Amino acid sequence: MRRVVVTGLGLVTPLGGDVETTWANLIAGESGAGPITRFDASNQKCTIACEVKPKDHPWGFDPDKRVDHKVQRQVDPFIVYGIDAAGQALEDAGLTDMSEAEKERTGCSIGSGIGGLPGIEYESVNLHERGPGRVSPHFVHGRLINLITGQVQIKYGFMGPNHAVVTACSTGAHSIGDAARMIAMDDADVMLAGGAESTINPLGIAGFAQARALNMSMNDRPKEASRPYDRNRDGFVMGEGAGIVVLEEYERAKARGARIYAEVTGYGLSGDAYHVTAPHPEGKGAELAMRMALRKAGLGPGDIDYINAHGTSTMADTIELAAVKRVLGDDLGGASMSSTKSAIGHLLGGAGAVEAIFCILAIRDQIVPPTLNLIDPDEGTEGVDLVPLKAKKRQVRAVLNNSFGFGGTNASLVMQKVD
Amino acid sequence: MSDTAERVAKIVVEHLGVEADKVTQDASFIDDLGADSLDIVELVMAFEEEFGVEIPDDAAEKITTVGDATKYIEEHKG
Repeated sequence: MRRVVVTGLGLVTPLGGDVETTWANLIAGESGAGPITRFDASNQKCTIACEVKPKDHPWGFDPDKRVDHKVQRQVDPFIVYGIDAAGQALEDAGLTDMSEAEKERTGCSIGSGIGGLPGIEYESVNLHERGPGRVSPHFVHGRLINLITGQVQIKYGFMGPNHAVVTACSTGAHSIGDAARMIAMDDADVMLAGGAESTINPLGIAGFAQARALNMSMNDRPKEASRPYDRNRDGFVMGEGAGIVVLEEYERAKARGARIYAEVTGYGLSGDAYHVTAPHPEGKGAELAMRMALRKAGLGPGDIDYINAHGTSTMADTIELAAVKRVLGDDLGGASMSSTKSAIGHLLGGAGAVEAIFCILAIRDQIVPPTLNLIDPDEGTEGVDLVPLKAKKRQVRAVLNNSFGFGGTNASLVMQKVD
Repeated sequence: MSDTAERVAKIVVEHLGVEADKVTQDASFIDDLGADSLDIVELVMAFEEEFGVEIPDDAAEKITTVGDATKYIEEHKG
């Protein structure tokens, strides 16, 4: 099997419109949460979210940098975030000027959990109020989940695999894992892989609130609401944004002198076969995914230095932790484990990819990001380093990234420093 | 430029994201302004909205330049 490495990164998050702003804020312990500004949320049970900031904000995102004005008008925000993050990753990898032959061997695996919900909501109301003749001709292809991949391949002329994963909150991790396999199996030499989401709209917030998934008790303290592993946690905070990596076949990357951030060495997938929203109470599916990823990487307990947990700030946090303990030992084999959802919220289909990038940056800078608001750790967390409140300098050679989603879908990635 | 022509040009600039000086009355939506067939459907909807006219599909198909749109609207608006 061919080896697969990461050579480019792109991020749009509530902490920044690019990789370095996001990472600096994350390490500094900043929170991206605040009252919802995107719409009037005063009649919602949840009135807070981690929004991507407007371009005049110091951490803001400027859509005009990489996305055509016309495209911006036609598509949902998740596609705009995705196109921009893909462009960042390509620029970072130094791959904006490829030959036709290289482009035929370059593909995309960029997904989303939900897709264009704000646009679906808008056009549905439009249809009812003004009739079918007023529905936008760009409605369908501006909302479809595979249209980040579609838009990016059209923009850059890539003719390799045109793929998009839809596995709820595991989408980002599955996207990277699937793309790595496509390179390993010789379907492509370069893949842009990741996920994006933007569902901070009335229907998105109401839907997750009705499913009892969102934090609804700390509307007056938005920055404290996402608190994984804390005894007072009671639901996630919705985030939005995109994370996209450039994956490249190792020999090719080495030959062109590319900066190699990390190697994707393990990928595990499983299903819970239990419940549509609740995880298996013993975390059996999570355990299977982690064990598979570690087996593929040829690593065992003691080899993993950092785990970016799924850790959504729900009751499921401790189920995941118990599963990690069964796989790596009660002290996690010396690994540090944190949930960066405490700072950026839950990016749903974008989460796994954004968090994979945090893992990669932890390898680059030998520092692990904190779990914010972890003040009163829940039972079962004793003897485990959950990196409370402050980032921590430590050796980071191998990382494990977990993502789990509605429908009982689980994905784990293992990535390692390349010496 | 007539008031109608000005308003048509403004809509075209806004929807297609093109420079205002390129939007002459002779400009073809597809050949000169980079529109595709769906962009034209969207433009026609925007013209209908702005001017309160109805542009049926068979008439819309004949609108290929900015001037065609201006002319149709001037002939049909109330």
